Amino acid sequence: MSAAADFVSPEELKDRIEAGIPGASAAVTGDGHHFNAIITAPAFRGMSRIAQHRMVYDVFGAELGGRIHALSIQTQPGE
Amino acid sequence: MTDESTNPMREAIETAISENPVILFMKGTPNQPACGFSARTVAILQSLGAPFAAVDILPDPRIRQELSTLSNWPTIPQLFVNGELVGGCDIVTEMYQSGELQHALGLENAPAAETEPEPELAQRPLSIENRL
Repeated sequence: MSAAADFVSPEELKDRIEAGIPGASAAVTGDGHHFNAIITAPAFRGMSRIAQHRMVYDVFGAELGGRIHALSIQTQPGE
Repeated sequence: MTDESTNPMREAIETAISENPVILFMKGTPNQPACGFSARTVAILQSLGAPFAAVDILPDPRIRQELSTLSNWPTIPQLFVNGELVGGCDIVTEMYQSGELQHALGLENAPAAETEPEPELAQRPLSIENRL
């Protein structure tokens, strides 16, 4: 397995979050292993924080803790 | 013979959650956290003076596996208050800063989140793996 196939970019996470959560816009920073994502999505409105974070975790499934070593999340429903 | 209805690990976790009003599943122990997210969560609870039980998930991989299945939450740490999952490090941090965590823990008079909490000495962790 090449290092390139393993490498995770903040852009990839941003694209996948935005594709996976309707109407989401994400700002993702990270070093290839640890990432920080701030996600705004109208879909979060009325949901508990737990439910909002689960929605984001569900985008990545088993990759969390593996290929994506750590992902910090802040969610907001937006205006 | 296999009996799929018996899952001692799952039952030990459920018992620990039901017996402890505030319980943190973490990597390492409160005195020696093995991960920055666990360390931060411990430090927040300690800065509030909140008594909590702690379970180190590292000694047996089945602890984490069963816990995540039970809670439907993929990451560690996980904080439970009164049997309910409150969240991981990110949610605990947000709730601490907003004062919601103090409320959830019944600690309305706890110090406000003005400074970064410092880790302190803590009690011995529960050892789920030793209960089996």
